[in-house]
Amino acid sequence: MKVSYKWLQEFVDIDISPQELADRLTLAGITVEGVKETGAGVSKVITGRIDSIDRHPNADKLVVASVDVGAEKLQIITAATNVSAGDVIPVAVEGAKLASGLVIKRARLRGVESRGMMCSGQELGIDPKTMSAEQASGIMILPPGTPIGRDAREILGLDDYILELDLTPNRGDCLSIIGVAREAAALLGKSFRLPQPACAELAENIAGQVKVDIQDPDLCRRFVGRLIKNVRAGSSPLWMQQRLRAAGMRPINNIVDVTNYVMLELGQPMHAFDYNLLHDGHIIVRRVREGEKIITLDGVARDLTPGMLAITDPSGPVAVAGVMGGQATEVTGKTDTILLESAFFNPVSIRRTSKALGLRSEASLRFEKGIDIGGCARAADRAAQLIVEMGSGEAVAGRVDQAPETITERVVQFRPSRASYVLGVDIPRETACDILTGLQFKVQQAGEELLVTVPTHRVDVGLEVDLIEEVARMYGYNLAPETLPIGGATSGMKTKEQAAVTRVRSQLAASGLFEVMTYSFVHPRVFDLMNLPADSAFRNTLNLQNPLSEEYAVMRTMLLPCLLGVLVRNYNRRVQNGAIFEIGRVFKSRGLDTQPEEKTVLAAAAMGCAPGSWNKAPAAYDYYYLKGVLEDLFSALRTAPVTFRPEPADPSFHPGRAAAIEADGVRLGILGELHPDLLENYELPVKVTAFALDFNQLLALSGRPAAFIPLPKYPGIERDLAILVKKDIPAASIFAAIREAGGKLLSDVSLFDIYFGEQVPDGLQSMAFSLKFQASDRTLTDAEAVERTGAVARALADKFGAELRS
Amino acid sequence: MRDRLHELGEQACRRMAEAASLEELNEIRVRFLGKKGELTQILRGMGRLSAEERPRVGQVANEIRAVIEKELAVRTAALKKLAREEKLRGEGIDVTLPGTPVRRGGRHPLNVVLEEIQDIFLGLGYSIAEGPEIETDYYNFEALNLPKDHPARDMQDTFFISGEILLRTQTSPVQVRTMEKTAPALPVKIIAPGKVYRRDDDATHSPMFNQVEGLAVDRRITFCDLKGTLAHFAREMFGGKTKTRFRPSYFPFTEPSAEVDVSCVICGGSGCRVCSHTGWLEILGAGMVHPRVLEVSGYNAEDVTGFAFGMGIERIAMLKYGIDDMRLLFENDLRFLRQF
Repeated sequence: MKVSYKWLQEFVDIDISPQELADRLTLAGITVEGVKETGAGVSKVITGRIDSIDRHPNADKLVVASVDVGAEKLQIITAATNVSAGDVIPVAVEGAKLASGLVIKRARLRGVESRGMMCSGQELGIDPKTMSAEQASGIMILPPGTPIGRDAREILGLDDYILELDLTPNRGDCLSIIGVAREAAALLGKSFRLPQPACAELAENIAGQVKVDIQDPDLCRRFVGRLIKNVRAGSSPLWMQQRLRAAGMRPINNIVDVTNYVMLELGQPMHAFDYNLLHDGHIIVRRVREGEKIITLDGVARDLTPGMLAITDPSGPVAVAGVMGGQATEVTGKTDTILLESAFFNPVSIRRTSKALGLRSEASLRFEKGIDIGGCARAADRAAQLIVEMGSGEAVAGRVDQAPETITERVVQFRPSRASYVLGVDIPRETACDILTGLQFKVQQAGEELLVTVPTHRVDVGLEVDLIEEVARMYGYNLAPETLPIGGATSGMKTKEQAAVTRVRSQLAASGLFEVMTYSFVHPRVFDLMNLPADSAFRNTLNLQNPLSEEYAVMRTMLLPCLLGVLVRNYNRRVQNGAIFEIGRVFKSRGLDTQPEEKTVLAAAAMGCAPGSWNKAPAAYDYYYLKGVLEDLFSALRTAPVTFRPEPADPSFHPGRAAAIEADGVRLGILGELHPDLLENYELPVKVTAFALDFNQLLALSGRPAAFIPLPKYPGIERDLAILVKKDIPAASIFAAIREAGGKLLSDVSLFDIYFGEQVPDGLQSMAFSLKFQASDRTLTDAEAVERTGAVARALADKFGAELRS
Repeated sequence: MRDRLHELGEQACRRMAEAASLEELNEIRVRFLGKKGELTQILRGMGRLSAEERPRVGQVANEIRAVIEKELAVRTAALKKLAREEKLRGEGIDVTLPGTPVRRGGRHPLNVVLEEIQDIFLGLGYSIAEGPEIETDYYNFEALNLPKDHPARDMQDTFFISGEILLRTQTSPVQVRTMEKTAPALPVKIIAPGKVYRRDDDATHSPMFNQVEGLAVDRRITFCDLKGTLAHFAREMFGGKTKTRFRPSYFPFTEPSAEVDVSCVICGGSGCRVCSHTGWLEILGAGMVHPRVLEVSGYNAEDVTGFAFGMGIERIAMLKYGIDDMRLLFENDLRFLRQF
């Protein structure tokens, strides 16, 4: 809503600057986003009349005009084609400044002197959107009677300030000048002048000429009509045009402009019908029937659906109530008599209809927030008054006013004690009373309480707490002291899962991975890119009804596509080495009409290598890197022992380089190199290794208590053991065999070398283990260690055919 | 013989003084004090001396030996020191070369900020509550005093799965769910962080973003308590001098409602580009829980009051780090992520 500072002054005396007013309103909850000066930067532009226009001697596209600006006559060269002798136009004289910052100087154009410039609306700072195409493209032509030699800003009403409001949806009443004026009056302690429009009326009365039936009173609670005869179509006066423009609306003609003007001023949307085109002067307000259609004012044929509210005459719909009028009864240059409509429609109905038709108008915007049902007659009278005063028509006496139920004002109790209970500050009863009275509430004292009558324009106030808010905001939120809640102490604690998220996040970051955050919605084709079969459970997605684009159309069921997206983006930006992780939710559909299962997943992906340095070789981000990261994580979380079992069957992973991660017989997730097909799908020319774990499973398996094992008192003995063994025997089996054969004395075993190639027969590899023997009750002898090592070697020979390597 | 001894002592000391290395010094030691050394030889010849002279010469010989040994120790120490210094001189490294890299990763900046916010409220006795990201219309809107066809629904352009199932537009449903679970017990003190979704996508809006909401419900929780709590939060988050300003606003689920501004973290309130020269930055929405929301959640709103507040983590992270485009937070460019 754009509010003219001058227009406000008609209803309240404002003795502070527009900017100060903006600040006061903002701190009272009517947010002013900005204050703009109309015609800002424009000076020395005056009105002038073109006396004559002659050809330019040296140019075909220019003319030489003589312009009377009152005190003198100026010779002005122009290329404009829309002006002719007798037109009154704004003239920028020597030294004038225009909205663009342009300064006008005396000039010679093709050898002829020019002493000024005729101005277009845009050059005076008028938004071209608020002018007709003709106006916007040429010189601004003012009405014939406009006095000359006067400051054009004043004549055009361009000496104003516009407050741009960002209103909250509850304050529909402030979608009007008088609504903002009420607020200003209350804030400044000034009196508010409610307009009481009256005008000269014809002797004849509306009774008998217009009949209104409201058939669906739940959707139309009031309908007021006024009849205007002897309509003279034309344009509205400059001051009215400028006020409409300042509010962002385009002047059309005197009748349409009046209805818009009243809407802006009083907040009541109005409509004008060509009375003679209405059958029998009979208005029936009713729900649409099956199959009814209408061509609206914008020329679009629209199918209406039952349930929508229409203004009809006996022949059918003539307007979509509260949304847009129909073309058939439109006011035109031929119109002689108009019926003005000023009604109250059900906000929800208007909202549904305008949504269904995709038609949001200034009118529907106001109706759907709820307008002042008590103000319908005033608005109709105001429109009649303006039309009569402008000489655009004559008002028939009286009005039709149908209101199926009596209009009542709500009475709401206000207890000062309750206000203090909620606010924590004691606002004296008298202060509260003054504030509410200032806001046009009627206040009656009833013992300690106040009985507050809510005016009909405040549709947002219905509960005591609404009044408490009114009092608090006018009292000033910033006057209330700052305190902290008293009452029972609570302990702020993270749950086990929350603590684990923080822990895992820090742990993985410390391990060299960067945390990412990706959108929860993905492109539906990612499941193809991930190589998933048609029957994959991951394809059971929830789809958005109204996605931003196909790119974000379905809810993710896995994190890996999101991480791959990040790697691809980085790779394409030439950031080609990196390891990332995310802890996020995935969504498993349980059908469209129920909430899905939301599972937290921990996933990571890595490409390239960790950059080396002058003293350190680059380390590949490969399977063993991420496995090391995971082993470290499991150890930090104290999980149950975790095993990595070959997983050749997952379609997203390399069949020979992936492992299912399991603990306590539960599958935690998967780790592996991604399948080359998938990388091809993603157009990633590097290897990528990734894992995905069920976070809650991980959590369930972690947190085993630490238990102290006494430190060894006696020295241990280390022995190395190198064997030649078939390559395809999993290391895990060899470790298990070593531990078994080593028995209790074997306290630790580690693999320190693997070798194959020269000097090792094909299909075999050399594995070198370091075995540590230790007894808790004595110093071991070399002989014992040798004996155990021998036992281990024999076991490996028996089980795997391993040969001892010397 | 005594003269011979003194001469020997002087000779030894002279040689030791001249010795340039520990090896030479050792040779000198062997030559004079060794089993076959000169001093030892002399002492062996003492048998030929008279009984009177023997103790006196013996004493002199011991004195000379002591002198030599002392000098030997001094010279050994000095030469060792020289040798160590010499060795160290050759062992210098370029201390300005880069250190061996430790491959540290990092947390996402939004989670860094989120954890900071959480810690402030954990310290005030709040717990962290969570809830589903895909919600029902009831919890996301209706229970929050936003019936169907309410104009305020336009404030949050919503992604729908079906007519009744949607992506939550705020974490407020967690408040309702928590109250439902807790009522009629008191107090409730939670913060609800999480992802929320709205149909917006530009430099200052993202279709998915992160919110933290807070809720305190008890007897006699007041608007002043809300002010105090958020003022405390702002000082902890943005520095001890941060001021807060409350402006009346409207949210269907709170009343009275407020937008909360903090003094600009960049200019301190004097006005700059970031705060559009107002000195203030809007970072929070807040208010007293609407009685209808309390009633729907199982509390007697005549007896029990509460406050609620909410903030966008992106906005705070952007202010804190000077990030000018929200989309950077979700692009996950590693060059961006490395900076936090």
